[in-house]
Amino acid sequence: MIGNIRGLILILMFLFVQPTLGATIKVSPAINALAKALKAANKNDTLLIQPGIYKEHDILIDKKLTVIGVQWPVIDGENKSQLIFITADSVTVQGLQVQNTGRSSMTDMAGIRVQNAYYANVQGNKVLNTTYGIYLQNAAYCTIKGNLIHANAVDELNSGNGVHAWKCHDLFIDNNDIAGHRDGIYFEFVTESHIRGNKSKRNVRYGLHFMFSHNDTYSKNEFSDNGSGVAVMYSKGVVMTDNIFRHNWGDAAYAILLKEIANSHIEHNLFVKNTVALYMESSTNILVEKNRFIDNGWAIRVTASCDKSTFQQNNFIGNSFDVTTNGTVMLNVFRQNYWDKYDGYDLDKNGIGDVPYYPVSLYSVITERIPTAMILYRSFLTNIMDQVEKVMPSVTPDQLKDTEPRMKKWNL
Amino acid sequence: MKTIVKYVLLDLFRNRIILVYSLILAVLSISLLGLDNNPTKGLLSLLNVSLLFVPIITILFATIYFFNSVEFTELLLSQPIKRNTVLLSQYIGVAFSLATAFGIGVGLPLLFLVSGTASLVLVITGILLTLVFCSIALLIFVSFKDKTKGIGIAIAAALFFSLLFDGLLLAFIYSFSDYPIDQAVIAILAFNPIDLGRVLMLLQLDTSALMGYSGALFKKFLGSASGSIFSIVCMLFWVFVPLLLSVRTFKKKDL
Amino acid sequence: MISIDTLTKSFGKFTALKNISLQMQAGQAISLLGPNGSGKTTLIKSILGLVIPEKGTITINGHVVKTDWNYRAQIGYMPQIGRYPENMTIEQVIRMIKELRKDVKKYDEELIEGFGLDRIKTKTMRNLSGGTRQKVSACLAFLFSPDIYILDEPTAGLDPVSSELLKDKMLKERSAGKLILITSHVLSDLEGIASHIIYLQDGDLMFYKSVEELQIATGEEKLNKVVAEVIKKTIPQTAVNP
Repeated sequence: MIGNIRGLILILMFLFVQPTLGATIKVSPAINALAKALKAANKNDTLLIQPGIYKEHDILIDKKLTVIGVQWPVIDGENKSQLIFITADSVTVQGLQVQNTGRSSMTDMAGIRVQNAYYANVQGNKVLNTTYGIYLQNAAYCTIKGNLIHANAVDELNSGNGVHAWKCHDLFIDNNDIAGHRDGIYFEFVTESHIRGNKSKRNVRYGLHFMFSHNDTYSKNEFSDNGSGVAVMYSKGVVMTDNIFRHNWGDAAYAILLKEIANSHIEHNLFVKNTVALYMESSTNILVEKNRFIDNGWAIRVTASCDKSTFQQNNFIGNSFDVTTNGTVMLNVFRQNYWDKYDGYDLDKNGIGDVPYYPVSLYSVITERIPTAMILYRSFLTNIMDQVEKVMPSVTPDQLKDTEPRMKKWNL
Repeated sequence: MKTIVKYVLLDLFRNRIILVYSLILAVLSISLLGLDNNPTKGLLSLLNVSLLFVPIITILFATIYFFNSVEFTELLLSQPIKRNTVLLSQYIGVAFSLATAFGIGVGLPLLFLVSGTASLVLVITGILLTLVFCSIALLIFVSFKDKTKGIGIAIAAALFFSLLFDGLLLAFIYSFSDYPIDQAVIAILAFNPIDLGRVLMLLQLDTSALMGYSGALFKKFLGSASGSIFSIVCMLFWVFVPLLLSVRTFKKKDL
Repeated sequence: MISIDTLTKSFGKFTALKNISLQMQAGQAISLLGPNGSGKTTLIKSILGLVIPEKGTITINGHVVKTDWNYRAQIGYMPQIGRYPENMTIEQVIRMIKELRKDVKKYDEELIEGFGLDRIKTKTMRNLSGGTRQKVSACLAFLFSPDIYILDEPTAGLDPVSSELLKDKMLKERSAGKLILITSHVLSDLEGIASHIIYLQDGDLMFYKSVEELQIATGEEKLNKVVAEVIKKTIPQTAVNP
């Protein structure tokens, strides 16, 4: 058998003349077929995995190989162990169905793990029912693209993340469909990376979670129905554009939670029906512009510890409360936003309201202190209270205002 | 029963106040919904109008109507007809015509301008409030002999439910905010039909915010359909309990 | 026909009727008299079941008023103040009452024609004068030819012609063997109609006698004189207006 394969390789090498291209090897289901084939393969070879079930684990890829599944061959860990383990540079894994890793508190069991390797290309795989879907450790210049990563996590303790990256840089996470993990995408110490077009939903904790990850760009992703939305902490130079944050409901659920973020840019995102769309704590120099905040409980919650941030040209429509804060100081700027609750006038017809808009309502301050009072919201009584406060502000911070409120909504 | 209802409706559909009420609601609805290109905002304004005006107008109109038709009631009762039949027929006539006025004034514009679940809930809320305050008006009518006194009580009841009750509840929440009072608050809420109607709408418009509360009961109550079902069931109680009490009182009432 | 046994009714502290017992027979036209607040209306309303008696029973042709509401089919009632739903026409009111009384097929519409109501039948009640509304009430009371008529101030507010018409109608019904119970302040209107007189004061039954009997006792002819005379004799001076 092996002799045959060797022969085949030789023939192929002669046929293609170019020796670096490697051979193409078909692998069919058998006991330890994958392990044997991988061991036997040479650098630059291509392995075509034939359809069938491969009950193998700890499948080590330690040389530059291209592993391609033909019609979704299944690699099943039988809920015991971890599966594909990539330690060499420039490995491609494509078209596999990787499923049923074990769960362990000692090691992070992953469907596909890339460790200390560059230029890995993990593309178009189905990663099902794994603790960790795709796990990147000390990796760089890797592409994770078009994978379907689904699990059914029920609590935070016994679950892992869909795409997990630790100490990486220059990753490209593109168009993956992630659901049912602890965190959909988890980054820790990951820099200069692009996350684009992913869908991350129904994760127990966060759709996207990153810490200490600087200069990353997130665009056109969709985060919905996650336990607590998206959490972004201790990072600089974050760019988030064109993402959709939908339906992240619950106490302590935020479409985005920003904690100690600096010099970042949040632009043209859509926030729909989240309990809190944007929560900011101890963050500085953030530009929030051209976003749409629609039907959220609280559009923006910004603590007094934030400064030098600008909120401009956003649309605020149908939110229960537009802005809340926890202090009376406001070191951030709101301008040229459209607020649907604004009832000022525009006598000079320049499209900008002639009186400022105060986005913090009295009742939002009251419910902040006494959440139960929310049950009386929108009653005749609370309407009167809000109106009186508007005329004579006493509790709400008068520095927090939009001096150039737009009369018409922005076309975003 | 059918005959009396038919003739009461015949009278009420030509009643100027009912026509004006319907017309004012329609003008308000169209202007509030049409002025803004933001349907949620229009819906909210309409909700405020409904919660404020529907109870007071309904209770006042119904109370005055019941007192004014005492002589007619006597005439009907001198015929071989049961007392219950006469009373309930008049209730159905008044409640139906006011509910129709609301349905035409608010429901139709909503249907054409902002159709959706929230609009439907608003119409249901308005109609339920109409039925509730007609019931309360009937109870006032059978409990008091004097018309002036009855109208006074009706105004007091409307004010109590639309303003005073919430004030007291807010004071209660303020003073006991350190204790787990969620359950008590929901229970208290059941005693005010206007609040129940408002909660029905709150569950439509502010679910996102309501989900931000950690209280398990609140979440259970507000997060699922059970909150809406609870509110509707309580409002139906508010329709039928005063109605049954009225029937019982009316049996022994001297006209 | 109407049998009242120890009827008592009070409103709060005020006792409107004290232990009243009466027997009224077919063919009688009884004039119910008494000053304001003497209990006349309460008595009528008790018979109609509009006021619930505190004590005592009322039986009408064998039906006990308290339990059996069907007896009201035998009574035609004309209230003192006739108020109807404002936007209904005369025609609609009459039709409604007819529809409510499906048991009756033959209608006595003599008064409707007599009063000329059929000529203004499309007028709404709101636009009618008090007298016209009174006519509507009268028509309704006589519509089904009941055995008993209860008429509360029937002629008050009627023009003399209509008043005469109504009196003729009452006489006709009386001679047909019906029982008529009338309250009226205008005694001359009852001349020739009333066969008996009931006099109430402060809830007490002062007397219940036939007109002939009283005429003999007082030696007077005219009804108002008779009554004045009787009151002077039978009721202690202190009870009459001071």
